[in-house]
Amino acid sequence: MTISVEDVRTSRKVLAEMDYTPAKIDKGYAGQSLYVNLSEARIEPKTVTQEMKDIFTGGKGFGLRYLWQAVTPDTKWNDPENEIVISAGPIGGITQYPGSGKSLVVTLSPTTGSVIDSNVGGYFGPYLKFSGWDALELQGKSDKDVVLYIDGDKGKVTLEEIELETGASHLISEVLTEAFAESEEDKQHISVVSTGSGADNTLIGMLNFSWYDPRRQVVRMKQAGRGGIGTVFRDKKLKALVVRFSGLTGKNNNPADFGKIQRAGVKIHREINKFDDVQCRMRQVGTANLMTVMNDYDLLPVMNFKYGSHPEGKKISTEVFISKFTQNVYDGCWYGCSMSCCKAVDGFELKTGPFKGEKVVVDGPEYENAAALGSNWGIFDPDFIIEANFYCDTYGIDTISTGTMVAFIMECYEKGILNKEITGGLELNFGNKEAAMELLHQLGQGKGFGKIAGLAIRRMKKVFAEEYGADSNFLQDIGMEAKGLEYSEYLSKESLAQQGGFGLANKGPQHDEAWLIFMDMVNNQIPTFEDKAEALHYFPMFRTWFGLQGLCKLPWNDIEPEGNKQLEEANKVPEHVQNYVDIYNGVTGKNIDKEELIRQSERVYNFQRVFNLRLGFGRREHDRVPYRSQGPVTAEEYESRQERYDGQLKELGFDIEGMSTEDKMKVMRKHREDMYEKLIDAVYLRRGWTNDGVPKLETLKALGIDFPEVVDVVKKHL
Amino acid sequence: MKIVGKNEEECILCGTCEAVCSEYYFKEDNREKSAIQVSEIDEDPGVDINVCNQCGECIRFCPVLALSRAKSGTVILNKKKCIACFNCVGACPTESMFYHEDAVNPFKCIACARCTKECPTEAIFMEEVEL
Repeated sequence: MTISVEDVRTSRKVLAEMDYTPAKIDKGYAGQSLYVNLSEARIEPKTVTQEMKDIFTGGKGFGLRYLWQAVTPDTKWNDPENEIVISAGPIGGITQYPGSGKSLVVTLSPTTGSVIDSNVGGYFGPYLKFSGWDALELQGKSDKDVVLYIDGDKGKVTLEEIELETGASHLISEVLTEAFAESEEDKQHISVVSTGSGADNTLIGMLNFSWYDPRRQVVRMKQAGRGGIGTVFRDKKLKALVVRFSGLTGKNNNPADFGKIQRAGVKIHREINKFDDVQCRMRQVGTANLMTVMNDYDLLPVMNFKYGSHPEGKKISTEVFISKFTQNVYDGCWYGCSMSCCKAVDGFELKTGPFKGEKVVVDGPEYENAAALGSNWGIFDPDFIIEANFYCDTYGIDTISTGTMVAFIMECYEKGILNKEITGGLELNFGNKEAAMELLHQLGQGKGFGKIAGLAIRRMKKVFAEEYGADSNFLQDIGMEAKGLEYSEYLSKESLAQQGGFGLANKGPQHDEAWLIFMDMVNNQIPTFEDKAEALHYFPMFRTWFGLQGLCKLPWNDIEPEGNKQLEEANKVPEHVQNYVDIYNGVTGKNIDKEELIRQSERVYNFQRVFNLRLGFGRREHDRVPYRSQGPVTAEEYESRQERYDGQLKELGFDIEGMSTEDKMKVMRKHREDMYEKLIDAVYLRRGWTNDGVPKLETLKALGIDFPEVVDVVKKHL
Repeated sequence: MKIVGKNEEECILCGTCEAVCSEYYFKEDNREKSAIQVSEIDEDPGVDINVCNQCGECIRFCPVLALSRAKSGTVILNKKKCIACFNCVGACPTESMFYHEDAVNPFKCIACARCTKECPTEAIFMEEVEL
């Protein structure tokens, strides 16, 4: 699996090209987007309309708008009309505020059948914009592997055939960076989007977005992980996207008020410098700072989300990962990110697989990866997690879905639903490192049982029930997916609000919409249904905004200003909300306030809900969750936390004397499922939706998204 | 390595150093554009002279390696490489990396000694220190 820079340079064959004059960016927008039809090898510019900017803002909003126009209610993920849209948003690309270089990727998902969006670091989105394009639409399917190259310096887009005989995404990123860069210095002006062989062989393929790390002198990658976007990419026969832009100054967005952005940036840089070491330690360990706290609070998924902690959790604690990560180096996935959480393990020697014996730089593991590929498999070995993380990335498969679905497989194996005969000899018990790593290689290479595993949980449940006679109700209870997407790595059993945070999320159970566990369960700040509904309105809307702008969520509340905790609305981090209002106004020259910020999100959020409806989803039945996310499915789970659960039943007025565990589980289940339904009622009401989860016409009208095509979709469900 | 040394007790807050610095580097008399900034404070000795001590802490925070030590030991910013992120401003332990909205890039003392030559009271002076 080796490829040389020389081979790449000499094998380039241009299939289509377009010369252009890069648009001058005006207050965050290029005003142009780039459309590429891969079936016809056609490249053309589009004008970004005022309506696009006013209603959809940018980033994920642009992605959803273009995708809506591209597909019909019948379009499937692997139809040529499906698009992958990448967009950075108006703030995207500023260098003064941490976390401002995100790309938002939108497509129809192979696993959910509906819209998926993913928020990813790396340099691609900002370089795309500064090359003159607010968004990139990729439609159609090529009949051979192709690479799209956007040269923002020369004003040229080419669709090319390039010999890249490898399924290893880290090699593709490396070789293309080297081949397209004109010098060592030029490497940081290149960003590559690619995936690996796992995206050809599973439905959970993801995309790696690269950037060049000038200190380590290596290409590094961040992942657009969720929902199988990489699988769509390979279905279109895209091998890679490459952008080159060398003119970064820090003012490329041509902002309306540079000073406003500068002041907000300096303020938060100083905060991070002063408080990060005593708050989240993002600069030391990134999101893996959560490992110890999650285990301590019974929230770390252990063995397919059965338990929330494990005595061996200390082997993969925060401190352990600090010792693995290189310290005191700049680790931002976009320029100027003082939060610098994108940690790396340097010189890691691989023990398995096609790169066995090689020393590599491994990005992460972030918290999600460490929980997904470690505790959720009953594996408490940091080196195993680092190796699994490396291979997921280079095979191009989503660590979260991989983690959650292999955990599901392991439980099925332990319950006898699967056996060695079915798995091709793999003894997939919890904690079996060798078997788990082998399954990961099978997923990446499309071999053996990996071919079934790669279908992801929703389809696996069908296969296990139909072909292996498994009880489909039990599979529904323990298979941690909703809407067809695997859960991300938090135990929500004891937080009703978080059950809603996962279950009601537009794209499926990902924590980027709402993370309310501490607010709900630990601090008891949202006790009533109305409180929870308000939180499930405000926070998903607020967090949606990051995806419209090209921003990262982490600098919002993974650092807090002095005195924040004493404020009434501490959970909102009011000073940082004001920073976001300021940097938005600073870039665009508009004069929004924090209320208009939420409205910008509401427009796009409701549009996405209607988009789900248009594709046959998006109603109450689609917000159902597996019971494992709500409470104990098995007696072993109940009994492992018996004191807590018995206490809860007594508080509810049940006389539990003489009740069997099974009886207690039954009444608890009835209660918890009722609570979830009541929560949904309250949230729908707060969001201005019907009791079936359909946005009301007056809601659409108030938000200004009552376009005839949107109203037509909704009317059918009213 | 030479740095701007200071004896705050001697400072009379005349502003000469700020004017010299901003005049030379920004062609205007504006203390906010000076790489040495003097202020009156409540604590003894009543004056704070904020100027870079060339500690170099900022160097590791620069994402594009625009900050480095010159042969003389002075920490210098390569404006051609700088992408105006101000991480160095946030990271400076003494807040001696300055910024201004008129300037794309941050700016700092490069120990040119112009201000020390004009100081009427020797409150600032060039001082040799170990790196």
